[in-house]
Amino acid sequence: MSSASPPMPDALSVRAHQFENVEQQHEASWLGMWVFLATEVMFFGGMFTGYAFYRSGYPGAFAAGSNRLDVLLGAINTAVLIASSFTMALAVHAAQQGRRRAIVNCLLLTMLLGTVFLGIKSYEYYEKFVEHLVPGWNFSFEAPFERTAEIFFSFYFAMTGMHALHMIIGIVLLAVIALKARRGRFSAEYYTPVELSGLYWHFVDLVWIFLFPLLYLVGRHL
Amino acid sequence: MSSGAHITVRSYIVVFLILLGLTALTTGVAFIDLGAGLNNVAALVIAVLKALLVILYFMHVRTSDRFTWVIAGAGFFWLLILMGGTIDDLVTRNLLPGEMQMTP
Repeated sequence: MSSASPPMPDALSVRAHQFENVEQQHEASWLGMWVFLATEVMFFGGMFTGYAFYRSGYPGAFAAGSNRLDVLLGAINTAVLIASSFTMALAVHAAQQGRRRAIVNCLLLTMLLGTVFLGIKSYEYYEKFVEHLVPGWNFSFEAPFERTAEIFFSFYFAMTGMHALHMIIGIVLLAVIALKARRGRFSAEYYTPVELSGLYWHFVDLVWIFLFPLLYLVGRHL
Repeated sequence: MSSGAHITVRSYIVVFLILLGLTALTTGVAFIDLGAGLNNVAALVIAVLKALLVILYFMHVRTSDRFTWVIAGAGFFWLLILMGGTIDDLVTRNLLPGEMQMTP
């Protein structure tokens, strides 16, 4: 922490009264966001641990279940999400330089890519429904995994569902930030909300980076 | 504290292209039988590499102060404890004879 740095002038009078200066306020926001992301690591970590536990118990069922997922769609979605992270990084970069129009454009592009991801995901969910692969409701699987493959698909829907929920929240968040950017609420001195939304978006990308191989690829070869 | 101001658009593009390359690589490798559980290892190593690139460059941790490193690291350290403890239980359950015998 650079506590010795000289106080900066308050940009756009965005400083809350409990902070010495905007620099200190930014440090607090940045660290607060990282603490939140650490709790998010634990939240998704619980599901990843459960996945590891059951997969070690039923490797055959997990492989058979995984083989019913569409690797091509999964890989395309991974590329789409990585591209959205790239445009998000560019949005923060534009914010650092105070380029208002570029922030808005990059955020809109990020939201568009996020929506494409959710569209492809919805289509995959639809396919799973048609193929009777929705656990507890509409499930049938070939022997000998007719019961145990249901565990794999429970993890599939819980993990990708929670991930998709995070994406939806992220897109709403970015819409709010883009609107604020359009109204000129950010400058090269003050862009904390853009930066922190970026951290959130990249985190959601991180989760998918692990979900893709663990769900889509594990079944090909044990 | 972060700034990330020293990271150029060029480095973002390079990181983006590497991430796309690693995605193609992990997908391709999954269809080749490496045997002995090595497919799992390859998939996880590539995923960790991709995660590191995202964390260090896109999330600006590379240009952030030590405090950020500690908090970001703490999240993964706790995750290690959670997973380590669980897996430890799983692999050692049937080592000792007695009532604790369980079948997975």
